[in-house]
Amino acid sequence: MRANRSLEIGTGLFVLLGLAALLFLTTQLPSSGMKFGFGTPPGYQVTAEFDNIGDLKVGAPVKMAGVRIGEVTNIGFDTNSERAKVWLNIHKRYNQIPVDSFASIDTEGLLGGQYVSISPGGLTTYLKNGSRIMETQSALVLENLINKFFANFSSKSGSGSQGGSKGPK
Amino acid sequence: MSNGSREGVQEALRKTGVTALFFGRLLAACVPALARPRLIIAQVYNAGARSLIIIMLSGLFTGMVLGLQGYDLLQRFGATSALGIAAALSLLKELGPVLTALLFAGRAGTALTSEIGLMRATDQLTAMEVMAVDPMRHVAAPRFLGGLIALPLLTAIFIVIGLFGAQLVGVQMMGVDRGIFWSQMQSAIALKDVTEGVVKSVVFGAVLSLIAVNEGYHADPTAEGVGRATTRTVVASSVMTLLLDYVLTAAFL
Repeated sequence: MRANRSLEIGTGLFVLLGLAALLFLTTQLPSSGMKFGFGTPPGYQVTAEFDNIGDLKVGAPVKMAGVRIGEVTNIGFDTNSERAKVWLNIHKRYNQIPVDSFASIDTEGLLGGQYVSISPGGLTTYLKNGSRIMETQSALVLENLINKFFANFSSKSGSGSQGGSKGPK
Repeated sequence: MSNGSREGVQEALRKTGVTALFFGRLLAACVPALARPRLIIAQVYNAGARSLIIIMLSGLFTGMVLGLQGYDLLQRFGATSALGIAAALSLLKELGPVLTALLFAGRAGTALTSEIGLMRATDQLTAMEVMAVDPMRHVAAPRFLGGLIALPLLTAIFIVIGLFGAQLVGVQMMGVDRGIFWSQMQSAIALKDVTEGVVKSVVFGAVLSLIAVNEGYHADPTAEGVGRATTRTVVASSVMTLLLDYVLTAAFL
């Protein structure tokens, strides 16, 4: 009877572990699933509004001079200003960020993910819970850049003969 | 056609037929076998719980090597933020189901074949029949169902441990950002990718358990025959896993 009992406990443990793993795979991995989140470290919340956030995602890091100081906790659309609103959680020990700091969305490497980069301003009043970063710059959208480049290129090559041969037919 | 090769073809056809008929009888025996869940629980323990350590260790190191190799490949293009996606997709769709199935064939499949083969060799199966106890129902079906239940669970555990292994190397050792690792992964993976891995593992579970039980049940009742049946289980399981993996991948794309 003893051996039987430990066998049943072992099987139960194994089945529970397996089901927990399945639950993790179906809820935590796919974009459609609900996330429990890994718990953000204690900090204070600030917001910033951008014209275009590009490919920025919840969980992306917030960096200052390349050092991670927090993460994006939420992304929404503000209907009043018609801009994207991004909530940032800044870790507690980075509590001396000037209020006139500048937030921009940068890309890590050529194909990398996007993150929020903060460049410090010069004031001696600091960001605190609930404050908003006023100065922002949108994400660089590569397609727009290429469009601009080609528009520029074709308008220039229209008069010249060098680029004309390779231009659009 | 020479007489020998004709006999060879006939023998191969006969074996295929025996396996197919056995599969039918096995499925028919599964329904009454469900009335005795204790037998199935014991087999889930044998095939699943006792394979847990080897599966977790292999998953951890597979994930860690994915983290290393993936990082080395991606940093050449400056795309290390895609490490999470690369690790998760390869674990979910290929490495998780296939490696778990191969390990399962070696760890649990061989045990099933030699156990049933030895029962055959020592006339235990015949003795059961004499006592009007159906060995299909009491020996074969619970082992088949146990393997069918255990393999998908083992696969899920393998994948989750592998993911944490990849994050261990990628994030803790190589310095990929933890938020980017997980958020990129979560935004790129669809439920369909998870389904693909689960369906594969269920199919592998059914096929590998069938092969193991069938080889044991039809083993030559000698010490040598049981040994040969065990070898055939590993060979047939590995080949079928890789072959079916291609078919299932093609079906899902």
